[in-house]
Order: sequence, then structure tokens, then C-alpha cells
Amino acid sequence: MSALLDVRDVHVYLGQSHVLQGVSFSVPEGGVTALLGRNGVGKTTTLRAIMGLAPAGAGRIALAGEDVSQLATHRIVQRGVGYVPEDRDVFAGLTVEENLRVAERNGSARYDLVWELFPMLKGHLDQRAGTLSGGEQQMVAIARALLNDNQVLLIDEPTKGLAPNLVTEVARVLERVAELTTVLLVEQNLGVVRALAGDAIVLDQGRVVHSGPARALLEDQAQVRRFLGVSGAGS
Amino acid sequence: MSTFLLLTITGLGLGAMYFLIASGLSLIYGLMGVLNFAHGAFITIGAYATWRFMEAFAGLDPLVVRFLLAAACGVAFGAAFAAIVELVLIRPLYERHIEQVLVTVGLGLAVTALTEAIWTPTQKLFVMPHWLVDTTTIGGARIPNDRWVEISAAAIVLVALLSFLRFTRYGLIVRAGVENRAMVTALGIDVQKAFTLVFTIGGVAAALAGVLSGVYFGSVDPLQGTRLLIFAFIVVVIGGLGSLGGCAVASVAVGLLQQYANYYGSQHGAGSGIGDLSVMLLLAVVLLVRPAGLAGVTATRAG
Repeated sequence: MSALLDVRDVHVYLGQSHVLQGVSFSVPEGGVTALLGRNGVGKTTTLRAIMGLAPAGAGRIALAGEDVSQLATHRIVQRGVGYVPEDRDVFAGLTVEENLRVAERNGSARYDLVWELFPMLKGHLDQRAGTLSGGEQQMVAIARALLNDNQVLLIDEPTKGLAPNLVTEVARVLERVAELTTVLLVEQNLGVVRALAGDAIVLDQGRVVHSGPARALLEDQAQVRRFLGVSGAGS
Repeated sequence: MSTFLLLTITGLGLGAMYFLIASGLSLIYGLMGVLNFAHGAFITIGAYATWRFMEAFAGLDPLVVRFLLAAACGVAFGAAFAAIVELVLIRPLYERHIEQVLVTVGLGLAVTALTEAIWTPTQKLFVMPHWLVDTTTIGGARIPNDRWVEISAAAIVLVALLSFLRFTRYGLIVRAGVENRAMVTALGIDVQKAFTLVFTIGGVAAALAGVLSGVYFGSVDPLQGTRLLIFAFIVVVIGGLGSLGGCAVASVAVGLLQQYANYYGSQHGAGSGIGDLSVMLLLAVVLLVRPAGLAGVTATRAG
């Protein structure tokens, strides 16, 4: 498979911190690639650098062969990059319907897909997003990214803080999403990673320390402990 | 009773001008995080352009048409100036808040100085239709007619702004941007277009306030914009940054308080500054009780 997203030697500085120290990896077209690592190693910053939200001090980020590292965030998104941030970042004072409407691009919003995946949202259209539960807010955040036909979706810890039944629900949604588009997924729940990811990239202290098939990584308990600091038995 | 009614309508007229200025300030800060100290310049330009166009259209009859045309030109000048300021001075300085303050303060001072240099610091009489300088007697109170115009203009601007925010796509983008600007860009939206639009809308409202301040005071002078701006900032802080509703309520409260305190204070031997002092006390109380203002929102701009 060809690389849809290619990240080469990307450095990001946040204040005095050298957060990403030459990160390089490729995301193949189709399926889910997991971006793993302990807390604070730079996973979220990597996604934000791809989005243009954390300015890359050096390096190159290419989408389908085009260098997007110097583009403004909205230009990157318009080239087909969807983003579901770690903290969901729904617009709390806007209704669910308005949260979806503000995300519409090019007049071709895929509401059919959104209703198929999140039928419950139809019953909350007039409700302010800030009054939804954490799981419902996550659905709005994912729905917002799915509304447009993107080449790749960057999804940051979609199951964080969710009850187990909602984790299963989100995993089911992501499985369907992965049939439609390429996904770069930051996820701490290794059960979800095992169920969804074809490839895995592991970050440590701002650098890529492992890259390869996700299943092989997760079956190697020693590597899981070494890179992620947990056992691989997470569900 | 007639005095109270006169004070109330006059306070509402003053509050209307504060609202026209503060609404733009509030939206600009809410969306862009820019404290626009040059907002007073938009007021001055609106007022002086109207005054100059009244002279330029001297042969035009009737007077009301001449005034409306001059006022439209004044508002257009204020709007154009605001758009240029955003594009040329503010846009290169996003996220550089200290520089923004320096540039906007400097621009405000420069426009005042330039106005003084060109037209001298003396007041210029504002020529306006006779009906505006006349009064209407209601409940025994002789209410200056211009107060109705100021109140109506502010009400129309409030409804127009709320409709813009509620029913248009750009309004939706502005409301989302006030909450979380970075996320708006992460949805593929060029938020800078919304910045220019909001700045221009702020310029329109401030220039309109400039025109109406000329009507209210009967004259314009180079420091008029700055004087009004101080109270508009107080209104924005009391109402809550980014909230139009809070801004409207605070404008009315400040306008009324100033009028009541000035009149009733002077009846009890207080000095002429009692109205301004009362407004400062109101500001202090609101900041102590509700630091985010009456309807403040917490914006997220990290990005």
C-alpha cells in the first residue's frame, strides 16, 4: 500500500520544550494506524502538528504526496483531513445541530452516514452540546469529522473517560469508519487498538521507537511493557 | 415624575450609544481576543465624516435627506477604516497581545491627534434635521427627539446582530469561534474572514455611535470617541466579554445610573463627577460578585 500521510523528521517546540524530536512515520491508505505511547510522549502534539495547530519547527508533512506542512490549518482540512481532538472540543453553547452545521464543507455533508452511525443524535438536535454526556459529546465530535468526505481522520483518544459499554460502541463506530477512510488513531485502550489497528507506531520521548504491524506488537508482552508501560491484556 | 421620565429616556439614549460601541468591542474580543483600543477612532471617523459630508452636501434639500446621506457616508467611512485596520495592522499581530495593545492605543492617539491637526481641537456644531433638536412632551416631560433615534438605532442594531449570529453561517462561525477558535479552523473554516467581518461590523456600529453622539451632544470634537470608549469598555466588562445580551443590559444599566446619579447627586450637593464615580462603583461590585461579567463566556483560543 502507498503512504497516504508521510511525516518526516518533524520537530515541534512548545515554549522551551522540544516535544517532537524528529518524528518520522508513514500512514498507509486504508484501515487504522495506531499511534501509541505513554502519557506525554507527544502523540497529541503529533496529531496537532499534522493539523497545523502545533507549528512544526522543522520537517515535512505530506498528504497524498503534497507538502502540507506550511499550510494554514483550514487549508489542510480542506485537502481532506478530519480531526477529532482529545477533549472532544464540541461547541458547548451551540446545539448538536449547529455543531454539525458549522462543520459542513462544500455542500456535500454526509448526514445519512452520521444518522446511520449515531441515530441517537437525531433526538438531541436542539440540545446544547455542553449539556450532553461525555459519550454523547464524543459522538458529536466524531460525527462532525465524518460529515465530510475526508482522505484521513486523525482521532485522539476517542474512548478516554468513557464507560465500558460506550467504549464498545465507539469501537464499533470506528470499525465502520475505517471501512470508509484512513484513520490515524491515538488510543490508550489496547483492546480497541487490537480490534481495529493494522499498523502501530510507538512514540517515546518525542521520537518514533517502533513501527510495524499492531498485532505483532501487542502479542509481544515484553515490547508492550517496554514501550507502553502496561500489560497487553487491556480490553 | 416628569424629571424621572426625562432622566430615564436620556439614560437610555446614552446607554444606546454605549451599546453601539460596546457590542463591536465585545464581539471583537470574544472572537479574536483583541482588546481594540482604536475603537474610539471608528467613532471619531464616523462623526467627523458625517460632519464633513454635511458641509459637502450643503446644496442638498431637504435637510433630512442631506443628513441621512451624510450619516450613511460617515458609517461607510468608519466601516472601511475598521476593515483596513484589521487587514493591515491587526492581522499580522494575532496572538501577539502586547503588540496589539500598543498598535491600537497608538492608532487611537494618532487619529485623535490627526483630527485635531486638521480640524483644530474646538467643537464642531452638528447640523441636523429640525425634528431631532425638537422635543416631544410625554407625561409632562419634554423629551429631546434624538433620544428616540438613539434608542431605536441601538435596538435595530441589537436585533440585526442577534439575527446575524443566529441565522447566518458566518454568525454560526462567530459563535463557535468565540468558544473555541482553534477548533473552528480545525473544521476547515478560514476564521480570518470572520475576523475581518466582525471587525467591520464593529466599525459600522461604532461609526453609527459617532454619528449619534454628534446628534446627542449637538457637536463633535476630537476626544469624543475616546470619552465614550472608556464607558464602552466598562460596559463590556460588566456585561461579560463576548456576550451581546450582557452588553445590552450593562449599557442600559450604565446609561441610567450615570443620569440618575448626576441629577439626584447634584440635588444633594454632590459634584459633577458623581455619575462617573457611580459607574466605577458598579464596575467594582460586578467584578467582585461576578468576575466574568453578567453573562461572560470563557473562550478557548489555544491553538
